[in-house]
Amino acid sequence: MHPLLRTVLQRLGLGLITLFVVSLIIFSAIEFLPGDFARAILGQAATPETVEAFQKEIGLDKPPVERYLSWMGGILQGDFGSSFSSRVGFRRTVLDIIAPRLWNTLFLAGITALIAIPLALGLGLLAALYRNTFFDRAVNALTLTTISFPEFFVAYILMLFLAVKFPIFHSLSNVSPDMPFFERLQRSALPVLTLVLVILAHMMRMTRAAIISLLASPYIEMARLKGVSPAQVILRHALPNAWAPIATIIAFNLAYLVVGAVVVEVVFVYPGIGQAMVDAVRSRDIPVVQACALIFAVTYILLNLMADVISIATNPRLLHPR
Amino acid sequence: MSELEHKLKLATTLAGKGKVSRRDFIQLAMAAGFTAAAGNAMFVKAVRAEPKKGGSARLGLAHGATTDTLDPVGYPDTFTQCAFWGALSNSLTEIDAKGNVVPDLAESFEPSDGAKKWVFKLRKGLTFHDGKTVTADDVVTSFRHHMGPDSKSAAKSLLDPITDLTSDGPENVVFTLKDGSADFPYLVSDYHIPIMPTKDGKSDWQSGVRTGPFTLEKFEPGVSAKLKRNPNYHKSNQPYLDEVEFIAITDVAARTNALTTGDVDWIGRADMKTLDLLKRNPNIEILELSGYGHYVLPMNTTMAPFDNNDVRTAIKYAIDREEIQKKIFLDHATVGNDNPIAKAVKYSIDPEPKYKYDPDKAKFHLKKAGYETLKIDLSVADAAFAGAIDAGVLIKETAAKCGIDINVIREAEDAYWDNVWLKKPWCASYWSGRPTADWTFTITYAAGAAWNETFWNNKRFQELLIQGRAELDEAKRAAIYGEMQQIIHDDGGVIVLVFNNFVTANSKKLAHGDVAPNWENDGLKIAERWWLA
Repeated sequence: MHPLLRTVLQRLGLGLITLFVVSLIIFSAIEFLPGDFARAILGQAATPETVEAFQKEIGLDKPPVERYLSWMGGILQGDFGSSFSSRVGFRRTVLDIIAPRLWNTLFLAGITALIAIPLALGLGLLAALYRNTFFDRAVNALTLTTISFPEFFVAYILMLFLAVKFPIFHSLSNVSPDMPFFERLQRSALPVLTLVLVILAHMMRMTRAAIISLLASPYIEMARLKGVSPAQVILRHALPNAWAPIATIIAFNLAYLVVGAVVVEVVFVYPGIGQAMVDAVRSRDIPVVQACALIFAVTYILLNLMADVISIATNPRLLHPR
Repeated sequence: MSELEHKLKLATTLAGKGKVSRRDFIQLAMAAGFTAAAGNAMFVKAVRAEPKKGGSARLGLAHGATTDTLDPVGYPDTFTQCAFWGALSNSLTEIDAKGNVVPDLAESFEPSDGAKKWVFKLRKGLTFHDGKTVTADDVVTSFRHHMGPDSKSAAKSLLDPITDLTSDGPENVVFTLKDGSADFPYLVSDYHIPIMPTKDGKSDWQSGVRTGPFTLEKFEPGVSAKLKRNPNYHKSNQPYLDEVEFIAITDVAARTNALTTGDVDWIGRADMKTLDLLKRNPNIEILELSGYGHYVLPMNTTMAPFDNNDVRTAIKYAIDREEIQKKIFLDHATVGNDNPIAKAVKYSIDPEPKYKYDPDKAKFHLKKAGYETLKIDLSVADAAFAGAIDAGVLIKETAAKCGIDINVIREAEDAYWDNVWLKKPWCASYWSGRPTADWTFTITYAAGAAWNETFWNNKRFQELLIQGRAELDEAKRAAIYGEMQQIIHDDGGVIVLVFNNFVTANSKKLAHGDVAPNWENDGLKIAERWWLA
């Protein structure tokens, strides 16, 4: 079997085991948290009788092991289960709640990636080309600054200057499914900008570092001696060998866009999956929390898989082993 | 009517439409014999008296979660309360801006049998949003949705006194209560009990078909709810808006920014820390109302040392409420006096002596109880009320000077209501308050009540509680409730720190009449009562 295919299948297998372990950990973690859905919803109004009645209706009176196994069984049949906010005669599936939010988050992540990745690569290449010049130092300083600030700080600063003081964008990014594409883009502008600033530094500096570390190799010296221009040296000789670490970092940051954008979602009131998970944890809506955890795990696994595939595909020694 | 007075009357209507300027109106009023000040007041009243119809408004609420549903067993916070009760539904009665109970879906309510039996008569021609007539049976099923041993509703204990509930014809609903209760009409105005249509013998809460001023167009839990004007609403001149959208904005900075940039027209729970900055904005109006809500520090009167009333009194004198009101609530609150009944509630009194910070009196009571110094724990978290932790720290300082050593324990915000409230000997809590004294007393101070956070049991209080409910004579009632408040003040385990203000902010595009203080956001009925200026 081709080594690439073998690696992919191996990774997918390990991924499934990881998912199983993740689901177990999340389930136990929620079990150890104090409080439960009934009390969270009834809040101060909870009395022992109403809590008990509530618990019976959503199935919380069964022992944890039984609940976990029945949930697992449902997943394997493609049924993610019902949210605890369902009632008799009103089933609210987890997918109902998560699907539109996931779509929103993927949209945000996609647009951000579309802007951030070419920008990071370009800046990284330029910084490597003009290394140790003023341009290089300025770009490094700027991106390191934006990544050092907490995201909510960057978000508030952008909101202040681009929405309040100079009304260029909307401060409220509550997109809805029936919004036309252009309006959705306009409303998402500030969250996208914030996320771009937050992930730019990591990818850019890795690109720069990977390329610069290769510039010490003998074949680069050969290319220079041959008379290849510095830009061509970097683009055609160094970059193809630098893809492995760069792809890994890009995959890591893309995963962060899906999983870790919750702060940006809260500040701009963007209806994404991060906010849905935080709401679910706060109210102990276990099926939703577990489904979100699984989705995040799948995201990481798939993106890591993609990074590994790119690493192998760009390395002829791994691609065509003897 | 003289010609001038006739002209003035005409001018009043025209002023409402904006066709007469203030100067012309006052001139006319003065010619008719009124003073300039009176003329000005009349002009203001005329302009305000004409709510304009039409338009749409976007309202930014401080709450809203993905777990929200239309089921009234749990309307946990202002999102579901304002959108699904205030805008979408009605109860049998409602509370007006002055705190009186007025008819809503029921056009009249009559007590009999010593206020043990109440008959509510529905208005004629009431329909649900889908055109079906509202009948007494719908009312019965709507109430039963919350009653019974399997009920998980937050309104279950509220409706426990009802022993029998039937319909008498299509228009009359008959409630039979365990004890006489003169305030029963107040209770049925609660936001947990909207009237819903019946389907298959049960209440149909999920379709969103109700009787309210707006119909439900779209609902994304935790994000927004869009509602459209109900043309067949039973109040012919309301609502004024054509469309309203409730948007959930939990982050306070985002909420404030949404208002200042015009993304929303109104926000609830304005940020007190930046309120002064917001006041400078000429397009924004800030509304601050003192309602029934209050913040408390309940002591468990069955646990030592709180079971000794002298200890409780010593602690009450060891707290500097003025300082807390000024430093923590930034003056957006009224100092409490350990009486949970707000000034605006009928029969409220201000008991004497007032519990001001007095280290001498505190030490005196402490000695009387047999202690030289006292060591106690105070469990607080901001989940009880914003500023609870800071209040605890301030109290620690002032109480130390009285010989009381308080250990302030900062509890986890999550599951505060499970693990701390009703469990720890001394903690913090909040109440939204109720429009009648009896309601507050029944749910919080009656012996054995589910929410009796002080576990208090005072014999005289219990006697008066039963007496007061059935008493229909105003003067006797006032005396009974006055005495009850004095008893809570003197003997109770609750420390009422402050009565908090509801602070909301709106763009001047929105206008309103007198705002009701019984619940937040104009009695939760902001969508029905406000209009575009």
